[in-house]
Amino acid sequence: MALYEDLKVAVIDMEVERAVELTKKALDEGKKAEDIMNSSLVLAMDIVGEQYDKGEKYVPEMLLSAKAMKAAMEVLHPLLVESGVEMRGKIAIGTVEGDLHDIGQNLVSMMLEGAGFDVINLGAETPADTFVQSVKENKPDIVGMSALLTTTMLHMPEVIDALKQAGLRDQVKVMIGGAPVTQEYADKIGADGYAPDAASAVKLAKSLC
Amino acid sequence: MSKSKLELLDHNFVERIIDEAFVILEKTGVLVENEEGARLLRGAGMRALRADTKGTVFSITRDLVEQSLNTTPSSVKLYDRQGSDKPVLTMGKERDKVYFDPASTALYVFDYATKEVREPKTDDLVNFVKLADALSNIDAQSTAMIPNDVPKDIVDRYRLFLVLRNSSKPVVTGTFTLDGFDAMNDMLVAVRGSEEALKEKPLAIFDVCPSPPLKWSNLTCHDLIECAKLGIPAEFISMPMTGASAPVTLAGAIVQHTAETFSGIVIGQLAKPGAPLIYGGSPTAFDMRKGTPPMGAIETMMIDCAYIQIGKHLGLPTQAYMGLSDAKLPDSQAGLESGIGAVLAALGGADLVAGPGMLTFESCQSLEKLVIDNEICGMAKRLIEGINPRTDPLAEDLLHGDIYQGDHFLTSPTTMKWFKEEFFQPGSVIDRDNKDVWLEKGATTAEERAHQEVEKILASHKPLPLPEKIDRELVRIMKREANRCGMEQLP
Repeated sequence: MALYEDLKVAVIDMEVERAVELTKKALDEGKKAEDIMNSSLVLAMDIVGEQYDKGEKYVPEMLLSAKAMKAAMEVLHPLLVESGVEMRGKIAIGTVEGDLHDIGQNLVSMMLEGAGFDVINLGAETPADTFVQSVKENKPDIVGMSALLTTTMLHMPEVIDALKQAGLRDQVKVMIGGAPVTQEYADKIGADGYAPDAASAVKLAKSLC
Repeated sequence: MSKSKLELLDHNFVERIIDEAFVILEKTGVLVENEEGARLLRGAGMRALRADTKGTVFSITRDLVEQSLNTTPSSVKLYDRQGSDKPVLTMGKERDKVYFDPASTALYVFDYATKEVREPKTDDLVNFVKLADALSNIDAQSTAMIPNDVPKDIVDRYRLFLVLRNSSKPVVTGTFTLDGFDAMNDMLVAVRGSEEALKEKPLAIFDVCPSPPLKWSNLTCHDLIECAKLGIPAEFISMPMTGASAPVTLAGAIVQHTAETFSGIVIGQLAKPGAPLIYGGSPTAFDMRKGTPPMGAIETMMIDCAYIQIGKHLGLPTQAYMGLSDAKLPDSQAGLESGIGAVLAALGGADLVAGPGMLTFESCQSLEKLVIDNEICGMAKRLIEGINPRTDPLAEDLLHGDIYQGDHFLTSPTTMKWFKEEFFQPGSVIDRDNKDVWLEKGATTAEERAHQEVEKILASHKPLPLPEKIDRELVRIMKREANRCGMEQLP
């Protein structure tokens, strides 16, 4: 359908305002929020993800597409909640203690939001306690941790330990990422998953939910 | 004398960058999370633009930056562990050559035997340090890896402990923890005998890294102030990432680097006028396709060369993280990126270049790469020695020699006098055998020859031992630190 196609193209082409406009137009025409999400927005971000994987899209372009998706989702969100449609999943994400580098994590957050996740962004330099607190309060499906520095990455196992001590480890999946992080490291500290970049973080989150 | 140099910016461009850095420090300001740093800036009459739980954003005036630049020493010297009279490194104004130290703080080591990237243990760092001790073109050590067999709370000082025990070369280091600095200073003082002697003959440089954009974390600001007070050289490592944590353009990132480094110079000089500081950095041209910070990108190296030029223009000692590679193992990519980086650093005028050994965005060290890079460093050093008029006339043998009697210059007195000094002699990594000899010797690759060299050096090289008394004191300090976090026995 032409309107869904236009909306898809708007997201792919990073046109934030147009994406909002077309989403509203679709609602005015009587489309269901869930249908707009699944038949247009999600497909758009899937294509953007593929283009990124192939090296056709660059990080800033991917982010702007995610921003367009997020803006459209904000229009749909109240209606989705009203009709009891489940979001893809909830994720609490932050950069670990001592690490001011939250660029990568913000990137992942935006991509996850773009993919339809409910993202609680805990920001840079998040201590273990804050992760635990957020799990208690927000009951996310996933806890995401990021580190850009080799030295601060060593705080990741502390968060996992803190979750265990609080008896919450079984309730959430833990995924980690960041420049120095590897699959081996994820295995070693007992994380449930590792993603090397923002696009694969979305795939990983989908598989963990 | 040598005319080998590279300047990517013309004079007006340098001035324009510096002027804009002044404006940014005044208008945008810098966030200081450390209380003492904030107190120093307030004491100097700097205005707080805003404050929150994280810290205070200060506007820093051009006058204060200029005043601070004036009191910063124009040279820094580093001495060997024995405290010999002749410095090992003379950086800045009296610079006579380019120096290299391994890039530092790798979380991984490339294990050549298993072709595996894994976390290093104590033995890996010890072997690495011994190797760097033996390699003639590596002038200083660095605390190059993070061994995983001691608790992370003490691993910063443990690395320095291992380096001091296994090499007599000076060392570039840094902390991960707030109490790391005191313990590490204790070790350096133990080697020199007193704080005064350490100040007189510095043995170590501490890296202090502002967080981009324009922030000084509590830890790094603390280290900067402590270094300044004790006269230990501190090296600024401003790390703008184009388009990620800094403006996307090269010029914009250079301005950010300048502003961050200026703010560090101000804090250092407020803590102690005359404190030795080094104009260093580790910028990266953020890869917009992969979302990674490549050290081997040509634009990364261009930003490096530009800030080195600015540091030299200001008359300060300079440092750069160049000669690294983003390859995952010592392969062709590693060779080409490291080669280009080291040569540009040398031509650009960096005094100290941290790069050798490092792979994968500054996260993985390789002993084999260190051996290969040692050759690159030797070539870079030779390059900036330049082409010199060794004889007068320049082509002596063509004028006075008996060229029509024999057909070569191989045994002429001029050849005998200059054939060694004029040329850099590479080690066994560089293959210049004729093809048949190469085949006979096993038709090896550079990586294979590098590995053979690693094995040979580790089997034969004996670093100069520490005097027993000092060694005992270092062990005592390290055990004290280990016990404090519940570790009974050192690995």
